[in-house]
Amino acid sequence: MLSKKSILSVDDLDTGEIMQVLESADSFMDISRREIKKVPTLRGKTVASLFFEPSTRTRISFEIAAKRLSADIVNFSAQASSLLKGETIMDTLRTILSMQVDLLVIRHRDSGTVKLMDSVVNVPVINAGDGKHQHPTQALLDIYTIKNHFNRLEGLKVALVGDYINSRVARSCQSLFEKMGLEVTIVAPAMLLPEDWSGFKVEHSIDRIIEDTDILYMLRMQFERQDRKLYPSVREYNRYLSLDMKRLSRMKKDSVVMHPGPVNRGIEIYDEIMELAKEKGNNILIDEQVTAGVAVRMALLYLVLGQS
Amino acid sequence: MIEKAYILNESDMDRVIKRISHEILERNKGSENLVIIGLQKRGVPLAHRIAANIEQFEGNRVQTGKLDITFYRDDYDRRIKSDIQKTDIPFDVRDKNVILVDDVLFTGRSIRAALDAIIDLGRPRTIQLVVLVDRGHRELPIRADYVGKNLPTSRNEQVSVKLRETDAEDSVILVEGMEDAK
Repeated sequence: MLSKKSILSVDDLDTGEIMQVLESADSFMDISRREIKKVPTLRGKTVASLFFEPSTRTRISFEIAAKRLSADIVNFSAQASSLLKGETIMDTLRTILSMQVDLLVIRHRDSGTVKLMDSVVNVPVINAGDGKHQHPTQALLDIYTIKNHFNRLEGLKVALVGDYINSRVARSCQSLFEKMGLEVTIVAPAMLLPEDWSGFKVEHSIDRIIEDTDILYMLRMQFERQDRKLYPSVREYNRYLSLDMKRLSRMKKDSVVMHPGPVNRGIEIYDEIMELAKEKGNNILIDEQVTAGVAVRMALLYLVLGQS
Repeated sequence: MIEKAYILNESDMDRVIKRISHEILERNKGSENLVIIGLQKRGVPLAHRIAANIEQFEGNRVQTGKLDITFYRDDYDRRIKSDIQKTDIPFDVRDKNVILVDDVLFTGRSIRAALDAIIDLGRPRTIQLVVLVDRGHRELPIRADYVGKNLPTSRNEQVSVKLRETDAEDSVILVEGMEDAK
């Protein structure tokens, strides 16, 4: 069904395949709303999720997705494994594959590691985030959330705001959004951009786009990935990049706010807005993104395992 | 494909569906507590026609839904479908008499999947099966409660059902086919 064995990057899917993922996700969304949230489709398949870096929502989201499709899922986390006894990652991988798993979901703190692991295994791999490189399932759930909200994609204006340079979400979203016809602007100071950003549309302050953008996509400040301090102070960040009530009120009537989570409250998004997000009928789609995540991951598991 | 026999034309089909509608009402002693679910995709317009007939005969509208069984198939590995059709059952099936509608009954595997799918939505009082054509060759112990036309076929024949809602005409034709139909 899909042309590639594994999904390591958003570029592994062409436009038709992306639409196929989004359409299948619609059906899986319906299943998640039922009383019995389970179908027998992947009965007998075993999925191993290998997380070499902490995660809450991605790991749980994949686990729920696999279980709703009746696949068995085993979770491996580096913190509680033989890696601590000195086993190498490749040996760990071989051990897990010897148990006849059908698909691997892998997250690793270093860019490219997931690709390396994929190259030595013959089962499909879904990248659940590698270093600063790619997080394709996040970008897919985001485009699904956008499509569900606006009922279209072509021509929507999206601003990716904040820590671009350390963010795999930003890189995946940027290329997927552009592929699907959205207009992407990166809002970040030079020190949070790569050395060469000549191909990007860039603004340095959120105030430059706030009244014009359809989707304000706030990136998480990746403190854990900053080897050196890339930003002078929270106050400075707040002045140019944070979303507060005043800026929220300047946004277009039908525009929306997104964030891949977890939110650093008071940095990317102010507390009051996070409280507002709990109420019904607002345009802050953070919870919708999480809900969509399960459906989109069900679609990916379904389509990837369907080719074998 | 070579056409071998014309089985039903438009007016035949109309009569067959009216007869089945009467049989449903007779067996269930009216339309109370009935719901009708059509199997994607040609069971769906058939379900609507039966509902329209029942409304005409009894004066009240029974609820209809549509069901896609992709996720319940037993041959997922061999034929993954990308064009998953909509499942839309906007009512509770619990304690209802569910009339399940499909166009052709063949191996019985689709119906097996449909039974699982419906039971996952709740526990109906009964599930009764309507098929326009029963062509034989069952692989599972499944039978229809209401049959439009019993049509003994060989395995290399196909039954082509066309409905005006999906194919612009009403007809059932027996054709010589390459492989198992459906």
